[in-house]
Amino acid sequence: MKIYSSSVLAALLVPLILTACNKQSEPAAAEASGGSDITIKIGAAAPLTGPQAHLGKDNENGTRMAIEDANAKGIMIGGKKVRFELVSEDDQVDPKMATIVAQNLVDAKVNGVIGHMNSGTTIPASRIYHDNGIPQISPSATAVAYTAQGYDNVFRVMANDSQQGRVLGEFAAKKLGAKKIAVIDDRTAYGQGIADEFVKSAEASGAQIIAREYTSDRAVDFTAVLTSIKGKQPDLIFFGGMDPQSAPMVKQLRGLGVKTQFMTGDGSYTPSFIQNAGAASEGTYASLPGVPFDQMPGGKDFVARYEAKYKQPIQLYAPYCYDAVNVMIDAMQKAGSAEPAKYLPEMRKLVHDGVTARIAFDEKGDLKGGAITLYQVREGKWQPVQTMGAAQQ
Amino acid sequence: MIVDIFVQQIINGIVQGSVYALVALGYTMVYGILGLINFAHGEVVMVGAMVALTVLQALLAAAVAPLLAILLSLLAAMAVCMALGYGIERVAYRPLRNAPRLAPLITAIGVSIVLQNLAMMIWGREYHAFPLPLDNALHALGGAIITNVQIAIVLVAVAVMALLLLIVHRTRLGRAMRAVAENPAAAMLMGVDINRVISATFMLGSALAAVAGFMVSANYGIVHYYMGFMLGLKAFTAAVLGGIGNLRGAMLGGLLLGLIESLGAGYIGDLSGGFFGSNYQDVFAFMVLIAVLIFRPSGLLGERVAERA
Repeated sequence: MKIYSSSVLAALLVPLILTACNKQSEPAAAEASGGSDITIKIGAAAPLTGPQAHLGKDNENGTRMAIEDANAKGIMIGGKKVRFELVSEDDQVDPKMATIVAQNLVDAKVNGVIGHMNSGTTIPASRIYHDNGIPQISPSATAVAYTAQGYDNVFRVMANDSQQGRVLGEFAAKKLGAKKIAVIDDRTAYGQGIADEFVKSAEASGAQIIAREYTSDRAVDFTAVLTSIKGKQPDLIFFGGMDPQSAPMVKQLRGLGVKTQFMTGDGSYTPSFIQNAGAASEGTYASLPGVPFDQMPGGKDFVARYEAKYKQPIQLYAPYCYDAVNVMIDAMQKAGSAEPAKYLPEMRKLVHDGVTARIAFDEKGDLKGGAITLYQVREGKWQPVQTMGAAQQ
Repeated sequence: MIVDIFVQQIINGIVQGSVYALVALGYTMVYGILGLINFAHGEVVMVGAMVALTVLQALLAAAVAPLLAILLSLLAAMAVCMALGYGIERVAYRPLRNAPRLAPLITAIGVSIVLQNLAMMIWGREYHAFPLPLDNALHALGGAIITNVQIAIVLVAVAVMALLLLIVHRTRLGRAMRAVAENPAAAMLMGVDINRVISATFMLGSALAAVAGFMVSANYGIVHYYMGFMLGLKAFTAAVLGGIGNLRGAMLGGLLLGLIESLGAGYIGDLSGGFFGSNYQDVFAFMVLIAVLIFRPSGLLGERVAERA
């Protein structure tokens, strides 16, 4: 009996060990080229394994493309030819793991970090980058809290969730006329944050929140929560979370015979969402900071080059990662140095014409004048409905 | 309406519980015989789903009749998983049969990581849509709704479990399995080929995992290399809840866990006036587990030595 209980106890500990061991890092193929004098390391962190690996890999692809482009161009910084090297880490969408890989990047002496992908990993990691004076640009963390910590080294190239939540909430209550709204979130910094902002704005626009339910970013079955919501007969269901949850969620919702409108944030604006939810995805609303690809300054060209290079469609944030790298390189060039302390001041001043938008940061590190576009799935495709908030031109 | 919702939650729980039960059987069979927790079992479920997906896609592309395609892909998944189960035991557990108990637990974790990463390399990081060639119609049960796939899941699970009990209690192999479970040394002296019996147990459990993998994929319509992890954990919980090592316990534990989860997540918010929410869904399931283990350390049905297989 004694042996029995101790082996069960050990077994209960296994998931912890499993998550801790499941690390994978992919250093970029940095071929030693004789001509270059200095190597500048750019750190990148995103979930490369686990449930959001498809999105994390997309981020890494975008970052890698920018670095390869820069190396092909032969960038000069402070009069010397430099070579960029990608140091990519896997944070597994896990806040604990995020701090570990952040320390790895610091120890690898990276000159700047592009990441992380999720707000829940970006926020805890940002303290480590801040303590070590390393500039961090998150391509996709949208939680308000990220830039509200008073750190001088954090930036993002996307509008935040207070803007996104406001647009979604107003649209739901005013344009769609939803009076009774049910809200589900995945309890991550991102999901909870955008759901809270949505609730605030929907209530201010006259809607009533009749249910607030929760799930996790590892869950696959939502029938219990959806059934409970079904009993309350809402006009609209909002979900704060990513596509590994939203796709099966909307499918299970339709499987329960509920035809209520489904709305969610940028984490679901992916080809993967439509592919996996199938016919159930039709009519879903989602928002994404920024303008549609075909209206981005370099959008069409970027999409074509990405698809030619990686032989797959862009999932979500790759163009934002591409811009984040180029913003960082731009600041290094302007400062004439890749030293974090020297190029950091330039980050605050620069105006960079990126693929996604004209990028400039406010004093907190947020994108100035970011636009939000609302999309709907129509005939199996994400179609822009309207763009709100002027894109900075 | 309130009754309809309640019936719906019960249906949700039974469907979910059937899947847990099938996977839990894999844990419990191996534990019954070897006293080992095969942590790679969740990954076997995932491989089953992946193989079924690949075969099903190929067959549908070749315009094979839908029902035949489903059957063939299920058989292919079972065959691959049985081979995999055999291989796992042969490579990771048999050499450690007489090693301290912690050693095979560690290799189990190792196998789990290897399988996950292999699947990631073969099938990629993307979520794959699981094609269902049949019409997944909704049926109204009063105000509650059940789909064809869900009906199939419950029926198949019941059939498979009945078959398993039949094998364990009515066949030579089953008798050998029970003998090895009770006393390996004595069984060996009586001429039972222990290695063969253990291999057979792993293969049987893996075949069940393949069936479960197929059912989960058909139900959710999504396949991903990471899907086995959480499912494996829940099924293991179910096995412990019912009394690990006990076949009927695994079935009961699976069903109970499914019901606890769905009723817990569905009602805890309203019952506690919003103090607890559906975010406590998993906490609820594990609290029940802890309570059971405190009062009945060997699980609900216990580990009846003569019964375990």
